[in-house]
Amino acid sequence: MAPAEPILQVRDLVKHFPLTQGILFKRQIGAIKAVDGVSFDLHRGETLGVVGESGCGKSTLAKVMMALERPTSGSVMVNGKDITKAKGAELKRMRRNIQMVMQDPYTSLNPRMTVGDIIGEPFEIHSEVVPKGDRRKRVQELLDVVGLNPDHINRYPHQFSGGQRQRIGIARGLALQPEIIICDEPVSALDVSIQAQVMNLLDRLQKEFNLAYIFIAHDLSVVRHISDRVAVMYLGKIVELGGDNQIYERPSHPYTQALLSAVPVPNPEGREARQRIILQGDPPSPANPPSGCRFRTRCWKAQDICAKEEPLLQIRPGTDHPSACHFAEALDVVHSQS
Amino acid sequence: MSDPSVTQDLIHGGEGPAASVVSASNKPRSLWQDTWDILRHRKIFWISLIMLILFLLMAAFPSLFTHKNPDYATLAKSMEPPSGEAWFGYDLQGRDVFARTIYGARTSIIVGVLATLLTVVLGGIAGVLAAYYARWVDSVLSRIGEIFLGVPYVLGAIIILGTVAPAQSSPDRVTIMAVVIIVLAVLGWPILMRIARSSVIQAKHQDYVQAARALGAGPFRIIFKHLLPNSLAPILVYATITIGSYIGAEATLSLLGIGLREPVISWGIAIADHTSYIRTGAHAMLFPAAFLSLCVLTFVMLGEAVRDALDPKLR
Ligand SMILES: Nc1ncnc2c1ncn2[C@@H]1O[C@H](COP(=O)(O)OP(=O)(O)OP(=O)(O)O)[C@@H](O)[C@H]1O
Ligand SMILES: [Mg+2]
Repeated sequence: MAPAEPILQVRDLVKHFPLTQGILFKRQIGAIKAVDGVSFDLHRGETLGVVGESGCGKSTLAKVMMALERPTSGSVMVNGKDITKAKGAELKRMRRNIQMVMQDPYTSLNPRMTVGDIIGEPFEIHSEVVPKGDRRKRVQELLDVVGLNPDHINRYPHQFSGGQRQRIGIARGLALQPEIIICDEPVSALDVSIQAQVMNLLDRLQKEFNLAYIFIAHDLSVVRHISDRVAVMYLGKIVELGGDNQIYERPSHPYTQALLSAVPVPNPEGREARQRIILQGDPPSPANPPSGCRFRTRCWKAQDICAKEEPLLQIRPGTDHPSACHFAEALDVVHSQS
Repeated sequence: MSDPSVTQDLIHGGEGPAASVVSASNKPRSLWQDTWDILRHRKIFWISLIMLILFLLMAAFPSLFTHKNPDYATLAKSMEPPSGEAWFGYDLQGRDVFARTIYGARTSIIVGVLATLLTVVLGGIAGVLAAYYARWVDSVLSRIGEIFLGVPYVLGAIIILGTVAPAQSSPDRVTIMAVVIIVLAVLGWPILMRIARSSVIQAKHQDYVQAARALGAGPFRIIFKHLLPNSLAPILVYATITIGSYIGAEATLSLLGIGLREPVISWGIAIADHTSYIRTGAHAMLFPAAFLSLCVLTFVMLGEAVRDALDPKLR
């Protein structure tokens, strides 16, 4: 379904946060390796799910792609132009094409602005997009598109529920008609019943406007329905990347297998049949990751080679999609083939 | 594969009246609304508000409170004690102490308010710049602020005022008030800078600022639309308290003979002029001193009441 030309190309992206000491004369004593060499493509109209535990660098990756943080190295090509190197008017123009929906609907809307001002702000910043007289109408159309009452344009964010606020955030992201929207855990702050509504809305908008999504979540079950492909992240690196069925039915990296074994299974037979893999310990600190394979300290397959040699993200014998494990082998964890 | 259907059910079942709940009762409400609800039930807030209104009326329309001329002197009545004719008695030069105390409110409040405004502007700009640009801008501004804070207040004032308006000089009304206002603000801005800086830093890390940046908003829009409106509360509270302390500081400087001086009418001057008569004619000093204390207290109490109401830890 995805055409050949990617609209987003991320190459060897690295973001290290320096750890400094001293007040006046700061000196660097180390770095938090939040994102450490990430590459992938995104095609028009496609959804890439990005999954990983808390602290593995998902939000940092999103911020670097949005040019909110400067990468330590690497590039993010949006329609062939590197957004991380763009400046001034060019950067501003590029921003029209890539927008984001934030995690927390309670902090992502300015409490001192009305909904009309919040959704209308993109038009004020990019005044060439919609003439002044038409802006209010455009805002009302956007409210309608995301399923809110256009008459509520003069209300303040605190007068809405969490799910409604997230719709406001989505309307703001849509305003400039971007081709790419990065959703950073857009439903994790919402009630389960509301989560489904917002996911459904995102799904509908994708079809309506042919949007490409990067959909970030810490849980594989959330991304499953919306993603065409899934990237699994661990400590700043992608450890497995594949199509939705490849990841869910034939996961080959032990970390993915462990994550999948924790996903709730709706059908009782599946629950009986599957084995649970419980990971020991917490993820190591991104300031001081293990040598070789970063997952080896929690991996039941770890051998000497895992400490010495870093496994690259590549297709390995017996697998049909890239995996960063020396001992990758497809394993059906969920037993959900039908 | 059965899981998608579960979500489908939720999706269709959930889209309905549940999605249109708009109620203020169980959702977080605006900061000011909560603050007002707490303030309404505080006695101290109402007391200080009423006193504030009284003092402001005094400053704006002194003739509402007294029909006497504060500058009219009858030397024969020098230091006469309070009586039915002159409630607060007469001062050293035979002027009506009540009238002078009422008229003194204007000077004190003008000095307090203008010096605070200047402090807020100086400290606010420095704080916003330090917080927004961080890095070396922050380091430089914070160090400069520390240098100013390191100078003891009175010492700093003596040095500046002693140079610009020495005790024996007699500058005109406007000049000396302007000088005192500037001195107070120049010595006081670093504290306001710290408050503005920390509250802007807090606002800066909010997601809505990131969202505005992602939309391509420039520094001007981010500062004026997003950062300032959301960091104003602590600045306003501190400013209110500052008005009170500046009124006290102005009196201190007058007492030292380097602040305001004749022909300005002020509580500080009245106190200064009569300190040596405290045993024979305390009234000439005590009434202005009482008004001064009450006025300082009013602003400090009001500021603290609002601060407590804004403080989420006390809820
Ligand atoms: N501005 C920063 N300065 C220093 N370290 C940071 C900064 N932002 C993030 N980090 C660190 O980078 C690592 C990755 O953080 P990030 O927020 O990207 O994780 P995440 O995958 O989004 O986690 P979560 O699921 O909790 O949102 C963490 O260890 C975090 O402490
Ligand atoms: Mg995150």
